[in-house]
Amino acid sequence: MEVLKEREAQIHRTGEQPFTLTCNKDSLAGAVSQRACVFCGSRVVLYPIADALHLVHGPIGCAVYTWDIRGALSSGPELHRLSFSTDLQEIDVIFGGEKKLTNALFELIERHSPKAAFVYSTCIVGIIGDDLEAVCRQVEKETNIPVIPVKSEGFKGNKRAGYTAACNAMARLIGTGDTTGISPHSINILGDFNLAGEIWMIRGYFERIGVEVVANITGDGRIADLQRAHGAALNVVQCSGSTMDLAKMMEDDYSIPSMRVSYFGVEDMAQALYDVAEHFKDPEMLAKTQQLVKEELEKLLPKLEFYKKALNGKKAAIYVGGSFKAFSLVKAFRLLGMDVVMVGSQTGTEQEYRELAEITDPGTIIVDDTNPLELTSFLEEKVVDIFVGGVKERPIAYKLGVGFCDHNHERKEALAGFVGMLNFAEEVYSSVMSPVWRFTYQNKADR
Amino acid sequence: MSKNRPNYISTTNACKLCTPLGAAIAFKGIEGAVPYLHGSQGCATYMRRYIISHFNEPIDIASSSLSEKHAVYGGGANLKLGLINVTQKYRPQLIGIATTCLTETIGDDVKMFLNQYDKEVQGEKPIMVEVGTPSYNGTHMEGFHNAVASVVDTLAGIGEEDESGDKINILPGFVSPADIRYLKEVTEDFTLKATILPDISDTMDGQAAKTYEKIQPGGTPLVSIADMGSGIGSIEFGHTMSEQSGGAILEKKFSVKNRRISQPMGIRASDRLFDHLAALTGLPIPEKHKAERGRLVDSYVDGHKYIYGKKAIVYGEEDMVVGLTGFLAEIGVMPILCASGGKSKKLAEKIAEATGDLLPEQPQVHEGMDFYDISELAESLGPDLLVGHSKGYPLAQKLSIPLIRVGFPIHDRMGGQRILHIGYRGAQQLFDLVVNACIAKKQSDSPIGYSYM
Repeated sequence: MEVLKEREAQIHRTGEQPFTLTCNKDSLAGAVSQRACVFCGSRVVLYPIADALHLVHGPIGCAVYTWDIRGALSSGPELHRLSFSTDLQEIDVIFGGEKKLTNALFELIERHSPKAAFVYSTCIVGIIGDDLEAVCRQVEKETNIPVIPVKSEGFKGNKRAGYTAACNAMARLIGTGDTTGISPHSINILGDFNLAGEIWMIRGYFERIGVEVVANITGDGRIADLQRAHGAALNVVQCSGSTMDLAKMMEDDYSIPSMRVSYFGVEDMAQALYDVAEHFKDPEMLAKTQQLVKEELEKLLPKLEFYKKALNGKKAAIYVGGSFKAFSLVKAFRLLGMDVVMVGSQTGTEQEYRELAEITDPGTIIVDDTNPLELTSFLEEKVVDIFVGGVKERPIAYKLGVGFCDHNHERKEALAGFVGMLNFAEEVYSSVMSPVWRFTYQNKADR
Repeated sequence: MSKNRPNYISTTNACKLCTPLGAAIAFKGIEGAVPYLHGSQGCATYMRRYIISHFNEPIDIASSSLSEKHAVYGGGANLKLGLINVTQKYRPQLIGIATTCLTETIGDDVKMFLNQYDKEVQGEKPIMVEVGTPSYNGTHMEGFHNAVASVVDTLAGIGEEDESGDKINILPGFVSPADIRYLKEVTEDFTLKATILPDISDTMDGQAAKTYEKIQPGGTPLVSIADMGSGIGSIEFGHTMSEQSGGAILEKKFSVKNRRISQPMGIRASDRLFDHLAALTGLPIPEKHKAERGRLVDSYVDGHKYIYGKKAIVYGEEDMVVGLTGFLAEIGVMPILCASGGKSKKLAEKIAEATGDLLPEQPQVHEGMDFYDISELAESLGPDLLVGHSKGYPLAQKLSIPLIRVGFPIHDRMGGQRILHIGYRGAQQLFDLVVNACIAKKQSDSPIGYSYM
């Protein structure tokens, strides 16, 4: 298939030429990018904060398409699962939406008593020039809860800019709470969104090795925890870019060091725990970590054997939001004895893609900000058994008669941690081994 | 019957979608078409995700992917670049361009840009149809109907001379692929050649494919649209759209008589469709459909006691709410609240017409509702069932009552695209659904465990 000329620099094949890959640029008009927008970036990061009011200031679309769309679970309040909007009408666009926003905030804060309110700008707000700062300041003063504007006008950059806007919003909360009594062996978990309860699992691991978790940022998140997050000794950051900015801000403002980890796959999960234990230089913690990893692997590995045998040599393609997750997935597939033949992301950085090129097999396609037609051609060329992606990728796989594993916000299966590795293997297995593919026409040579 | 209408400033859990989404779905029902949103990238991606989750089909919606500088200097250049790229990659026959709140507010003149594009770009060009769909004005249904009207206005004409007099236009509004397949069958049984606009029966409910099609096969053929002016009549489902509908344009331009009927749900509304087709063709109603009607009446009788007097809340798109309410009224279910996020100002009147003298008391009817409002009213109304799309599930769960899933979206079940709502056959399926939901509820609530009805 022909690739649009402007897109060629965003596709690389491992080993076939020296590594170059252009990324972090605006999506090409008419290319049908799988990306969303700045608003989306902010919304996904802040979404799981369960005791905050999330009010989308704009016409109805942005709010209604993000109503209860993530499997981000809460152990308590579930305010985040509701979709609030100012539902701007033509008259608001003409005369300005500030008054409506102010009144909507008062109404909703009175109704739900949230611990804070996030007010998201949408495209139109950036154009009609509503002063969100002023409105939020006024409402904050009268309601005595933090009311924070999120500068997420859809057109002002790509999804990454939305991550930054979300981090800026959270930064306003951090440093405002009481940090007494926090253990010196304490961390914040950044970049896990508690899909299918994953952060509970991760917290459990950390607690077992003697680490106190101060704030979940943002899975099962709470405003009060964010407010005292600066009391933690270390920020443990998962996910490519979504909360890295916040970690940097906290490093600058509170001298809290940070490390990047991933909880997907056995290797990365174990490494994350070891890295944290080593950071605290506590022999007891290290011993506990070794014990934990040993116990978990003893439980997991025998169960995994069955899947490894069945899936050995099968081919996989990966297209996810952030490329850091892609690393873990490459390793997880290796553990299962499967070959990764395509890997890409919506928002990866050059460094990440370079490293992906280093760890993948020759001929592997590496792609930034791709689109349905490119994906289709890659899948047809590589004849894969399973495609890992999100909802927008699913029908592409299915139309081509390819198995699918949802590794995005909507999933209901916990795929992180040691237990998650087993779930992941089961997910892959149950799609790849299904008899339904006998009835579809795959582009295989023998058909 | 507008009593107790809540009047809040904010919207919580909206019971409507935004204007361009409707336009994108309408454009998907045209042969060889790619929907295109002139706006920032997020709109297209969010809508694709939303639509895919219902239809389980690929839906590619292109975007101008506007960034900050375009918002300041205008989006014309990106629109043209996007159209060139879509043309090169998809080779579409038609690009359906819908605007968004961003481009409407910055004042982009899409018509002018398209004129420039026509002059500047050489080579083969797809047909361009554009529709203004600011999301701060109306719901997805206005977007849908306006896109259809725009297609008709741009493309409809009178094709080759043809005396057969067997062509008819059906503008069904936003119905399911199963509904459209049924309409095709019915019109064929009346020996009619129907142009159904739009036709998402294949494009949004496609087959497993041998090779991946860039644009899903199917959709209303362009050649048929170009010939809509020679139809013996048009039938338009729904009463709440603007006067400038596709059917109205055909009548004005080509004197094709337009007949608006309610979405044909239930026996009486389906009778109106069949009677009208019989009148247009001069043919009797085909035996097959008479038999389906007969079986439907028979089943109404068999099942009536399980549902009589059950109180229902009906919500969703206005015309669908009208159709459903009429159907529920004739099977003995009592609609107590009819709610929509739309604001046509016609809903109450049309519901009164659809229910006629069947109900002892008219339901409350409210426009501009969200699920917070519906939920609040539901507390005091004590409904036995909800009838609408899957976004009513949280309320059904809260009230522990069945939800009859119809319309769009169905995000929590398989097969939303295959739900048949219209005609005798659709009424049969809906009837079985409603009765069985009530029986299942009684059965599961009972400690006895009856294994018979």
